[in-house]
Amino acid sequence: MKAVLFRLGRWLVHTGTIVEIEVRKLSKDPWELVIRAIQPLLWLVVFGSALAKVRVLPQGAVDYQTFLAPGILAQSVTFVSIFFGITLIWEKDQGLTQKYLASPLARSALVVGKLASAGIRALVQGFVILLVADLLGAKLALGPGSIAGVLVLVVVGAAFFAGFSLGIAALVRTRERMMGVGQLVTLPLFFASNALYPIEMMPPWLQVLATGNPMSYLVDGFRGLLVPSHPSHLGLDALVLGLGTLGMTVLATWLYPRLTR
Amino acid sequence: MGFPLVAVDSLVKRYGTFLAVDGISFSFPEGSVFGLLGPNGAGKSTTIKILATLSLPNRGTATVGGHDVVRQAAAVRELIGYVPQAISVDGALTGLENLKTMAKLTNVPRSVRRSRIDDVLDLLDLGEAAHRQASTYSGGLIRRLEIGQAILHRPRLLILDEPTVGLDPVARRKVWDHLTALRREHELGLLLTTHYMEEAEVLCDTIAIMNRGTIVAQGTLQDLRTQAHHPDASLDDLFTHFAGAKEGSPEPGSWKEARRARRTARRLG
Repeated sequence: MKAVLFRLGRWLVHTGTIVEIEVRKLSKDPWELVIRAIQPLLWLVVFGSALAKVRVLPQGAVDYQTFLAPGILAQSVTFVSIFFGITLIWEKDQGLTQKYLASPLARSALVVGKLASAGIRALVQGFVILLVADLLGAKLALGPGSIAGVLVLVVVGAAFFAGFSLGIAALVRTRERMMGVGQLVTLPLFFASNALYPIEMMPPWLQVLATGNPMSYLVDGFRGLLVPSHPSHLGLDALVLGLGTLGMTVLATWLYPRLTR
Repeated sequence: MGFPLVAVDSLVKRYGTFLAVDGISFSFPEGSVFGLLGPNGAGKSTTIKILATLSLPNRGTATVGGHDVVRQAAAVRELIGYVPQAISVDGALTGLENLKTMAKLTNVPRSVRRSRIDDVLDLLDLGEAAHRQASTYSGGLIRRLEIGQAILHRPRLLILDEPTVGLDPVARRKVWDHLTALRREHELGLLLTTHYMEEAEVLCDTIAIMNRGTIVAQGTLQDLRTQAHHPDASLDDLFTHFAGAKEGSPEPGSWKEARRARRTARRLG
């Protein structure tokens, strides 16, 4: 028992240190986050404002800005995490990955630390998006309970997509290929989800895709927490994303050493 | 010769159809310095990656401190410090932050963390630069910081892949001085790859010359001279004798290796 606790303590120190490194780097150069926040904000400000006026989408009892804000939050979490693998390939090219993998650092701690770091990046973006959505007049339930739920879901969603990205990075191994895969995946994930429009209005084949799309569960979870009139399926959303994140963590831990082989 | 710190036996590594390491064997004892020399593509870095637990061999065995690098990789990682050829410090962090975080990642006990870091700063003359962002360091400082990170947990073996590539002669000599001091003060075993003959002559007790995945000669400098039947030969002469390209054979080395070496040299230069 003592040995298990000792190992767990070390694992937590390793994980915390990987997160600490990422936070230190982000705090010294936050411009990356600022630049990455621009695209989702454009969706909210330009696309959201324009479609809110047209009133063609059956988004239920809420206005379109309120319907769209959780979708853009999920888009931001997904997009920032899906390209996370590029950072890891850069670290491999630098020599940092080799240093970590040849050290006593637990490999699972390295992966979990990296996924948690992706969660922190996504949290900062999420905060900006919620703030701007509120300023644009979205009627979101921003109470302490829903905010806490959103924070957890942001971290879990980011970890899921960052784990996927890490696994792909270990397989493709070059930044150019990783960019290609990221671009190939992001738009289908976004458009074949419930981020911009309800699943019910999609053609049947697209409904099947949207139901199997993990981003749909992230959007649905955010909507359940932030839009009072939206039916909540939080249990199912959390289960799908939680199990998915666990699977991605195991897969990424297994694939990560391939980066240096 | 005492108990071997490193023992490699009939090691083979393939990448697809390319045979990178072809059945090499060598060993060296605790506290000694072993140099792997050879042209690009000889298999030096692949051998080092296997010993650093970063790559898996296809055949043969390799042990560090008696632990198998495949089956007991975690135990091996406790015993080694590794400085890859590419830059392995985080340029966005200060020297001190790099050392602090690496101390935590390599299980240096909290009670001795500060003193270990101070020792390293002192031993490698890094004190004045400790609070500067590592991206502002010169090539020599970067290498010293990398070596500092690799020895924080007091490894028994320090593995260095081309430790002075891209450094000017003054910085290179300073790194050699620090490695010599490290070996003296910590009784550390060193395994290094190098292209520089002078480096091997200054630092290494035993040298293995690799060519196209095999060890073509190994021993002390004197042993190599005897094997070459050339008692006054410099290491340069011996290198050419054992690893020199035969007429008509293609030049060794790959695009990837050339790119890595040039990239490292550009960053350090």
